[in-house]
Amino acid sequence: MRKRILPGFGLSLGYTMICLGFIVLLPLAALAWKASGVGIMGLLQLLDAPRARAALMLSFGGAFAAALINTVAGFLVAWVLVRYRFPGRRVLDALVDLPFALPTAVAGIALTALYAPNGWLGQPLFDHGIRVAYTRLGVGVAMVFVGFPFVVRTVQPVLAALDREIEEAAESLGARRWQSFLRVILPLMLPAILTGFALALARAVGEYGSVIFIAGNLPMQSEIAPLLIVQKLEEFDYAGASALGAVMLVFAFAILLVLALLQRWSRRWAELPA
Amino acid sequence: MNATTIPLRQPRRSRRVLHLALILCAVGFMGLFLILPLATVFVEALRKGLPMYLDAIAQPGSLSAMRLTLWVAAVAVPLNIVFGIAAAWSMTHFRFPGKALLGALIDLPFSVSPVIAGLIYVLLFGAQGWFGPWLEAHGIRIIFTATALVLATMFITLPFIARELIPLMQAQGSDEEEAARVLGAGGWQMFFRVTLPKIRWALLYGVLLCNARAMGEFGAVSVVSGMIRGLTTTMPLEVEMRYNEYDHVGAFAVASLLAMLGLVTLGAKTFLEWRHRGELAAHAPGSH
Repeated sequence: MRKRILPGFGLSLGYTMICLGFIVLLPLAALAWKASGVGIMGLLQLLDAPRARAALMLSFGGAFAAALINTVAGFLVAWVLVRYRFPGRRVLDALVDLPFALPTAVAGIALTALYAPNGWLGQPLFDHGIRVAYTRLGVGVAMVFVGFPFVVRTVQPVLAALDREIEEAAESLGARRWQSFLRVILPLMLPAILTGFALALARAVGEYGSVIFIAGNLPMQSEIAPLLIVQKLEEFDYAGASALGAVMLVFAFAILLVLALLQRWSRRWAELPA
Repeated sequence: MNATTIPLRQPRRSRRVLHLALILCAVGFMGLFLILPLATVFVEALRKGLPMYLDAIAQPGSLSAMRLTLWVAAVAVPLNIVFGIAAAWSMTHFRFPGKALLGALIDLPFSVSPVIAGLIYVLLFGAQGWFGPWLEAHGIRIIFTATALVLATMFITLPFIARELIPLMQAQGSDEEEAARVLGAGGWQMFFRVTLPKIRWALLYGVLLCNARAMGEFGAVSVVSGMIRGLTTTMPLEVEMRYNEYDHVGAFAVASLLAMLGLVTLGAKTFLEWRHRGELAAHAPGSH
């Protein structure tokens, strides 16, 4: 009965609710209200407009591809950081969080300068006929940048806590190295990998600051959905902006739900008898 | 973390080659995608030499942007500290219906696009928004003022401190607080003498991350700012304005200040993780 002893329940919960109400719920309700004012048919019509469709396709498709790349690269980095010892490992470990710490606008202009046709990386790529800046590829590069830490940081602690005896047992029973990796380690890491993927995906879908500089923002080609929302707001098309915003918000809720399910799954996983 | 298990079957040599290859891949990827962009910021900022760099920073536009950025963070971060502590206290010491929902709501701003964070305030306080007509009738402006910048920043950074404190306070339990109460401590006495010392490093950790995000936020504030130079442009917005004006050195000079803030935050964060690991929460996945 700890409820009776500790004070501050009403105060802390009340303050929390008031803050959440005013900062989060009330503004979100305004969005839901504006979007519902258009009606379902109107909403679908707005979303079916070629420009909106292209922007949503690019945001979701690009984010999906970037999250896949980050899953592979992030797992590799987490593996190297946990399993191997080499000079500079701690620095590398700290730098994983760089995309969290570097403001998105800074990342945006830096990536653009780097991949522009006269940039350090853009020049050699351009000579081989590959254009990155001001194309969809550039959008992908920025999305990889912002989503990178998520897979590393979800996989790393689970990998570190993994009992080495499990794979040693597999190997002493005759499994080859790659077999113990594929059949023993990878399945155990699956909830963490999927969680990292979902987080990287959510971040990249909504990303704005780092993408808009490198994207070139050509309508129908390299224009992302958040930018289209901004454009519509600037044209005072509040209904159109709200419709796009509602779609992205529903997606955010869906990701939260998936993450909650993944967490429950990994908890059950942890409770399995060894 | 013992990294030296003896390989069971493969010869040692090929194993070492594999290790080296994997390490090089990881370093290469991070070098290409993370370190090179960071280096670019400083190289571009200093491209025309140090005097030009200092000159770009000393311009009135950058100075007022710095002032505004500091001001927004100085309002938003303390409010978030109070919110984070209150939320963590109610979430970890009491049982009540709807707790899981409350937790999900606290996390929500993490998965919402920054642009949405700006959009919802425009829909609430803008000329065509819910409160727009009422505000206009009373001569109050929120959108395109510093108030809107603070609101959007608060939305974006709301989960940062609560997310650090909740897992830690959950792990610490209520025993010590209960003991303090039984021994006759008042509510605030218990909080300042028992709870706060237990959570101070995690709180500092959360404040660091919250502050870095508050000062660096771009998408949400750009939607509600209106970009009035000297009045509603924070440093990230100043970066964009200069970049769009083809003031390359100026944009990267302001950006380099933000990058330094990021590096200092990373350094302090790493130090806290190294020095006070036991007093920080085990890191919840993707908590920032």
